[in-house]
Amino acid sequence: MILALIVLLPMLGAVLPLLADGRGRSLCALSTMLAPLAGLVLLWTQASAVFAGEVLVHSWPWIERLGLHLSFRLDGLGFLFALLILGIGILIILYARYYLSRQDPMGRFFSLLLVFMAAMLGVVLTENLLLMMFFWELTSLSSFLLIGYWSHSADARKGARMSLVVTGGGGLALLAGILLLGQVVGSYQLSDVLAAGEVIRAHALYPLVLVLVLLGVFTKSAQFPFHFWLPHAMAAPTPVSAYLHSATMVKAGVFLLARLYPALSDTELWFLLVSITGMLTLLLGACTALFQHDFKGLLAYSTISHLGLITLLLGLDTRLAAVAAVFHIINHAIFKASLFMAAGIIDHETGTRDMRRINGLWRYMPHTATLAMVAAASMAGVPLLNGFLSKEMFFTETLQQHQFGNYSWVVPLVAVVAGVFSVAYSLRFIHDVFFNGKPVNLPKFPPHEPTRYMKVPVEILVALCLLLGLLPGVTVGGLLAVAAGATLGGELPSYSLALWHGFNLPLLMSMVVLLLGCLIYFLRRRLLGWYVHLPHLNAKDIFEQQTQRLVNLAALFTLRFEGMSLQRYMSWMLLTALLVSGYWLLQLPSLRGAVPMSAVDGATLACALMLMAAAVATACWHRRRLLALVMLSVVGLFVALAFARFSAPDLALTQLSVESVTIILMMLALFFLPDHTPVESSALRRGRDLVIAGLAGVLVSVLCLAVLTRPYDSIAGYFLANSLSGGGGSNVVNVILVDFRGFDTMGEITVLAIAAAAIFALLDGLRLRRPTGDTLGRPWAEDRRPFLLVKLSRLILPLALMVSVFIFLRGHNLPGGGFIAGLITAVALILQYVASGNAWTDQRWSLNYQWLAAGGVIIAGLTGLGAWAFGYPFLTSAFGHIGIALVGEVELATAMLFDLGVYLTVVGAMLLILSNLGRLSPRTREVN
Amino acid sequence: MELLYALTLGVLTMSGVYLLLRARTFPVVVGLTLISYAVNLFLFAMGRLHTGMPPVIGQVAEHTDPLPQALVLTAIVIGFGMTAFSLVLALRARGELDNDHVDGKGGQ
Repeated sequence: MILALIVLLPMLGAVLPLLADGRGRSLCALSTMLAPLAGLVLLWTQASAVFAGEVLVHSWPWIERLGLHLSFRLDGLGFLFALLILGIGILIILYARYYLSRQDPMGRFFSLLLVFMAAMLGVVLTENLLLMMFFWELTSLSSFLLIGYWSHSADARKGARMSLVVTGGGGLALLAGILLLGQVVGSYQLSDVLAAGEVIRAHALYPLVLVLVLLGVFTKSAQFPFHFWLPHAMAAPTPVSAYLHSATMVKAGVFLLARLYPALSDTELWFLLVSITGMLTLLLGACTALFQHDFKGLLAYSTISHLGLITLLLGLDTRLAAVAAVFHIINHAIFKASLFMAAGIIDHETGTRDMRRINGLWRYMPHTATLAMVAAASMAGVPLLNGFLSKEMFFTETLQQHQFGNYSWVVPLVAVVAGVFSVAYSLRFIHDVFFNGKPVNLPKFPPHEPTRYMKVPVEILVALCLLLGLLPGVTVGGLLAVAAGATLGGELPSYSLALWHGFNLPLLMSMVVLLLGCLIYFLRRRLLGWYVHLPHLNAKDIFEQQTQRLVNLAALFTLRFEGMSLQRYMSWMLLTALLVSGYWLLQLPSLRGAVPMSAVDGATLACALMLMAAAVATACWHRRRLLALVMLSVVGLFVALAFARFSAPDLALTQLSVESVTIILMMLALFFLPDHTPVESSALRRGRDLVIAGLAGVLVSVLCLAVLTRPYDSIAGYFLANSLSGGGGSNVVNVILVDFRGFDTMGEITVLAIAAAAIFALLDGLRLRRPTGDTLGRPWAEDRRPFLLVKLSRLILPLALMVSVFIFLRGHNLPGGGFIAGLITAVALILQYVASGNAWTDQRWSLNYQWLAAGGVIIAGLTGLGAWAFGYPFLTSAFGHIGIALVGEVELATAMLFDLGVYLTVVGAMLLILSNLGRLSPRTREVN
Repeated sequence: MELLYALTLGVLTMSGVYLLLRARTFPVVVGLTLISYAVNLFLFAMGRLHTGMPPVIGQVAEHTDPLPQALVLTAIVIGFGMTAFSLVLALRARGELDNDHVDGKGGQ
């Protein structure tokens, strides 16, 4: 439970900053800190178990058939990462409080940051790989929003998009890899996967799994050749860069590499792929970093290079290398976060990030300068600092490995070259920014030290750099041991964490690296001159170009098929449907089944012929719209008769009442539309449409006949047998609606209410030209309230309401029910609107139809929930019988309450639609 | 009887599809209505055609399948919602674009 809470708390806490937004910036930041602080305390309670070497797993079954469980896991590696994510996260929140300006929406920033934090915690604390995948994608999405936080800047938008495409694409590959891995192992639980290393490595799918997983890892951790997104993500606010590119986002990749180390490593393929990628990234990042003029760009390439270093360590064939990798993850997170924060302070105080303009800041901000110098020295690997320790371990391991046979010397050489450049760029960062003459044309001048509390997070991290560097055994020894132990999944190799190992080759390498680094820095002008002449690829331009090409291609494809024409689109869709279903129909051995057909009687034949004639007439006379409408109503009436003819009284009643409402609706709409359709389509197109229509008709006929003449098996028996005993009603259709399949009905009335609300919104503010006469120029009749209709409709109203009550009450046992009763009531009320006008009707009853429809859905829902109170599943009904004079014995079931909800929704929705459509006319008259 | 029923459905569908392919909004909505009649009848017929066997217990000895009827009953009401929505959409398009072409273009 505690593990799940650690992940969930920031997610829940994401609401707090939104609520606190606008009530003081400090309150906003404080409310954001609550969740991570609580998470840290919870993590601490688990520390003793983790340090004792236990693996804590909490699991709840979720979708067992898919192997998806809600399970969380805490071991040394997860503990280390959770500590980094929460600890650095809290410092970032404090820092961002002072970094963000008053124009930036602070609540949104902190809320997104917490969502991202929850996602990262989820990645490092899950036991189930599918669940981890969910959090993995969530980190991509939330980092997209964070990088694009300043959405007014095009660079931020493009940078965010690029990072989403690259990491999201890698995420897809990873998903495929994880699914395959689950297939190979037979479980998605990490414990099972880690224990099945032998099986995985021996499996035929191993190379595929490895490549897919590595694609996900390399894109996330910005490894060559996917590194290009990271520098462009620097368009984010600096707290985001400090968080994402030190301790979290990019570390998710190397985390997964370390996590799956026992399952996937220890093969030739792993060593080659991982170490070569690591080496290339290390070298490329370190060399490019030196030539950046933007200091955030410098830090970005330096991050790429350090991630390459960690990857390379995990790809070396010694077990100690993995320990060094974990150690460097810790150190890099600490010094890089502090450097980014220092960079943010400088950016904040000077208004630029260009190192050609920012010089000599030592005079203006000595405190910040000191902090940045210590952190940069740690990045360069200067002794007495934590960066030195892991770098020395790295040098040692490059000398120990033998994986490239006779060419194994390449690895230490690469390490030294990258180290030299790393010293050079660290030196450039410090010397260019804080010394090297005077500031040149700064947007904000003179710069000064920031607020006290903006420096506190940097001070804490720099103090950690020193502490870890001087007393590694005391401060970080235990944590490193459990984290590395969890990574290796077995015995730890022996190593010693100490500042001084005596004079040896790695120490010599360190010294050489420091000296050569200084030399390279002194030669920087010549090198810069040389670098400018190299051909440069702008990743952003290429990426945007390719994206644009893809979009154009998709647009072209869409245009071909849809072409902004509904008619063309429709015919494509219909033809496809015809082809697909026609193909399968033709596969049947015989279209006509074995069941004999029943005899036709005269009346039915006559009705069917009239129905067909009316349908054809509707189509033929569609240009004369009123006539077509009359024909349509004839079709509708015959459909109702068909239902009555074939034993469906409920359907006949429903069809009849819906038919009248539909026709009234169409008449109202027709009032505002032209009453003739012009001839537009060519004869050829009409012919083509006729062919499509004919084919569709033939298909439906054949399909219908094929089904009707085949033997029939149904689950109807269950409903018929249980209707009385289980649902307490003898009208089985109604019992199905309100009881057996009540949940479906609930959904359907909701849809109806939503449709009514949407129509209400569409009609809102609509202005339509009101015609003064028909097309022949005859004016509309002056007599707007026909006397007979008014008198009759008022007479009918109470009768109709009584009928609807009767239909409603008897619905459970005889044809009727909420739907039909609602329709009858709606028709009776609409008749009043039609006969007597809106003003008259509104005076008599002022019902709010929105509330009526919504209330109906709520009543139905509450009835369903009521069953819970008695310990039954949703929508279980209870019933008893009572006698009412004249009506007879009436079923009083909770299902009736549900039916009341249906009734109210239907009345509300129908009237909401029709009364508002009818209301259009007076409003428009005022306008014209 | 089954053949006649199937033929009727075919004719309904044919008229509906033809109207669906017209260029003005009103015939398209009428076509949609015709097609929804056909679809409702088709779904209903999945319980086969029976005479005088309503699914009301106690009235007659044998009963037809109540399940397709329950499905079609809600389908009829929802179908009305859909027709109403597309009609109002057509009205809105006419109000905004001043014509009733399905693609929102063309002269009036």
